[in-house]
Formats: sequence, C-alpha cells, structure tokens
Amino acid sequence: MLLQQLVNGLTLGAVYTLIALSFSLVMGILSILNLAIGELFMLGGYLGFALIAAHLPLPIALVGGMLGAAVMGIVIEKVAYQPLRDAPLITPMLSTLGFSIILQNVVTNVWGSDPLQLPSELFDTRIPLGPINVGVMQLVVIGVAVVLVAAVAFLIQKTSAGRALRAVAENRDVARLLGVSAGRVTMLAFAISGALAGAAGVLISLHYAAITPYIGVDTGLKAIAVMIIGGTTRVWGALLAGPLIGIAEVLTIAYGGSQARDLVVYGLMILILLLRPQGLLGGSRSDVGQRV
Amino acid sequence: MMSTYYAGLFADVGILLLGALSVYIILATGQLSLGNAGFMGIGAYLASYLTVELHWPVTAALLVSAVAAAAIGIVVGFPALRLKGIYLAMATLGFGEMVRSFFLVFEPMGGSGGYRGMPHITLGYIWLWAGGILLLVLVLERSRLWLEMRAVHDDETAAGLVGLNTTAVKIGAFGFGAAVAAICGGLFAHHYVYIEPSNFGFERSIDFVLAVILGGSTVGAGAVIGALLLVLLPEWLRFLVDWRLAAFGGLLILVLLTRRQGILDRTLIARLTFQRRPA
Repeated sequence: MLLQQLVNGLTLGAVYTLIALSFSLVMGILSILNLAIGELFMLGGYLGFALIAAHLPLPIALVGGMLGAAVMGIVIEKVAYQPLRDAPLITPMLSTLGFSIILQNVVTNVWGSDPLQLPSELFDTRIPLGPINVGVMQLVVIGVAVVLVAAVAFLIQKTSAGRALRAVAENRDVARLLGVSAGRVTMLAFAISGALAGAAGVLISLHYAAITPYIGVDTGLKAIAVMIIGGTTRVWGALLAGPLIGIAEVLTIAYGGSQARDLVVYGLMILILLLRPQGLLGGSRSDVGQRV
Repeated sequence: MMSTYYAGLFADVGILLLGALSVYIILATGQLSLGNAGFMGIGAYLASYLTVELHWPVTAALLVSAVAAAAIGIVVGFPALRLKGIYLAMATLGFGEMVRSFFLVFEPMGGSGGYRGMPHITLGYIWLWAGGILLLVLVLERSRLWLEMRAVHDDETAAGLVGLNTTAVKIGAFGFGAAVAAICGGLFAHHYVYIEPSNFGFERSIDFVLAVILGGSTVGAGAVIGALLLVLLPEWLRFLVDWRLAAFGGLLILVLLTRRQGILDRTLIARLTFQRRPA
C-alpha cells in the first residue's frame, strides 16, 4: 500500500517538476513570475486531450500540446512582457495574469466547464510488480518527465543557445554588449517554458484520465512552491523537490485526509524559506531579487 | 434610495478598497505582498469568532482582529526581511495559501464547510471604516514617516546609510498592512455573514494587488479608482455573457500597456485639480 502510494506520488511529482522548471526558466532569466504558466499547462492538457480523442498516437498528442503551449508562450512574451520589460516587476506579472484570465475563459467556452474524461480502455493496462500495480500511463508520465528534464538540462548546459540564456540571466547588458540577442533569448525562454508546461498538461491528463479548465490555478501555485523548495537557480532543485512534494501530498491524502494536503505543501515551503531561503539545492543568488 | 444591487456592489468596492490599501501600504516600502488574503482570512475568522461565540460588538471585534493580525504580520515580516523582490512576493504567496489551507482543516470554525451566524452590517458601516482608513492613509502620505517609507522603497541601502531604521520601517509597514487587511476580512465576514476558506485564496490577494496597480501605485487615491474599476467593470461587461472574463483580461492588459504607472498619478491629480505642476 505504501509502495503503491509512493509510485502515485512520484507520478504527480514528475508533473510538478516540469511546471516548476517552466516557472524557473522565466524566473531565473527575467526575475518575473509568469502567472499564465498554470493556464499554459491547462491549455497543453486540453490540446493533448483533443488529439488523443481524435485517435492520434500518444507522442503526437504530447508534441501537439507542447507546441500549442510554446506558441502561446511566445504570444505572451510579445504582448505582455516585451513592451513592459523596463516597468517594475509587478506590471508584467499582472499582464501575464490578464492572459491567464483570457486563456481560462476561452478554454471554458470551447470545451465546456465540466471535466472531460478520456476513454478508460486506454488506461486499464496495469503491470503487477510484486505487491504493487503500476499503470502503464504512470510509467509513461515519469519516463517522459525524466527525458524532458534531461533535455532541458542539456540545452542549458551544453548548447550555444543555453549559454546565451545563462549569459542573459547573469547580466543582460553585458550579454548584449558581447553580441547576444537578448530579445531572442527572452523569446526562447518563454517558448521552452511554455513547451514544458504544455507537456506537463498532457501528462497530467493522462495521469488522471480527466481534465477541467480550473486545473491550472491550483497546480500552478503548487509548482511555485516546488520551485522555491528546490531552489530557483538550479535545474536539479526541481527534480528533487517535485517528487518530494508529490509523495508528501499523496501520503497526506492517504493517511491524513485530503483537506490537509495543501497545508503540508505550503507548510514545507514556508519551512524551507525560513531555514534555507535559497532552496534545497539553490546557490547563493536567491535573496538578491530585484526591487519591485 | 439606492437599489440593493448597487448597495451590494458598493459594499464590495469598500471591502476591496481596504484590501488594496493593505497592499499599498506594504508596497510603499518596496515590498510586494501576494498573501494579504491570508491576513484578511485571519481577520475574518477571528472577528467572526468574537461576535458569534463571545457576543462581542462588531467594532470591538474588528479592532482586536486588527491588532492580532498586525502582530502576526510583524512575526511574518521578520523572516521576510531576508528575502527581497519577487522572492518575498512568493514567500507571502506561500503564507497566504498556508493560512487558507489551515482554515480548511480547522474544524472548530467549520473547516471546509465554512462558518456562519455573524450579525449583518450595513453599507454605511463598511464605508465608515473604508473612508476612515483611506483618510488615515492620505494623512500618512503627507507625513515625514511616509518620506522615510518611500526612501526605503527607492533605495534601501541609501536609506540605511542616512540613519533610517529600515528594519522598523519595513516591519511596521507589514504590520499596518496586515491590520488593514484584517479589518477588510472582518467587514467581509459580517457583510456576507458566511465565510469559507476559499474566500481567502490567491485570487483574492491578486485582486488587491491588481486594484493598486490599475488605480495607480504611487498615490493612495489610486486604490479607490482600482477598487471601483475591478468591481464595476465585470458588471458592465455582462452583456458579453460567456466572453465577459476574456474581455476583462484583454482590457486589463490594455490598461497596463497604455498606463503602466496606473490610471491615477500625481501629474493627473494636479491636472484634475488645476494645480500648477510641481517643478
């Protein structure tokens, strides 16, 4: 039973990790909170859902969800962030909130506010592994998340686009003087961030076999907690904190009642902020945020 | 005679105005709080407990909740001193969500089922508080203390170097903001006579910030414009039926793009009151 819960927590945690990475990509480079990420996650979920319902194979649904959310991420960057780049940090944060309101409204109008269900025959295959039952979909979710995190880590650490991202994060002006196109880097950050959120959306709709337009708000806020617990400056922080929070949440639901789950997650977040404000694996940069 | 419909809307405006002012006071020292709904929740639950279980008069209950929330605000403010900018904002967000989820499991006050039985208050009473606190903030804006707060906002290091106690200023602002948010919550509870934890979630906190930024974050009167706009705009957009929220989101982005300093600022106030522009 406990082992079963651990697997469930790991699956949920894999999704949290992806959204936390999505937040921290934009956060790390521009120090702004993109409040539309929760909605990009939801949008990705619906796009993936629609593609699966149209009997397309899973990889296509995943890529479709990622592409759709990435394009939306770029639109948000062009409309809500770029014109307000030199405004105080709150202003672009609230304009991304505007997009989050629009996206939620549009999705509700297109797909309805009732939860959509995926046909269950897709999800009934379970592999018995000793005492526990692992759903095929759970393995898919965890596998895809691991591959995506590795891909993002490779992109940031090893490619020239990644070097440009890190340079702009370090010092935008110096990076521009050295010939890095800060505008294109910003766009890239929003696109990757959107793709990750979209992938997480497709994965969560596979995990629950259902989706609603309101899934983004709750999960998005929890992903912010995951980002803080892991530390905003390192990719690996989210990889550790995601499963940690996922497991903590699932265990709380199983043994402490479902009402207590948020208290545990945000309690952990506050505890980390008090004891280790840079996060579990964070560097030393976390407490020098820009002024608002 | 005002119709019940408009009376309800103006009660919402008064309550939102107090929430916006609570954010405005903290923001004046350069700190963004995304968790003021947490203080609002504390005020709402504590004031309701005092009036329902202990049969206190509403005014006394509000005052005590304000003091209690201020104390909590100061306690929360101390560790928050280590964090700046967006990291502080995310910490306050976590605080707000923790308060909400605490009341969700706090069975003595109804837990997720909510809490009821509070005496109802009138629109006039709400505005007595809202107007009074607005006046207090407007007076504060003309004081030396406000100059110190703005100095901490503009450059904390420089403010410290000229001998200002930046710690006291920042913590004090947090405490004052928390007290105002608690009064906002107490009034909310006794206006709707029913509260549940989801009333005090992240969306409420962000509403407060939105009212301040839309109305104008450099003048206290901006919060009035912001609160009016946030309550009335969705009503005016009712004719769009299902697309009302999308239109609201679009308008929000448009206002931010065209007037990033908010609708009201000193230049506009000077022009409206026919003053000469200060040099």
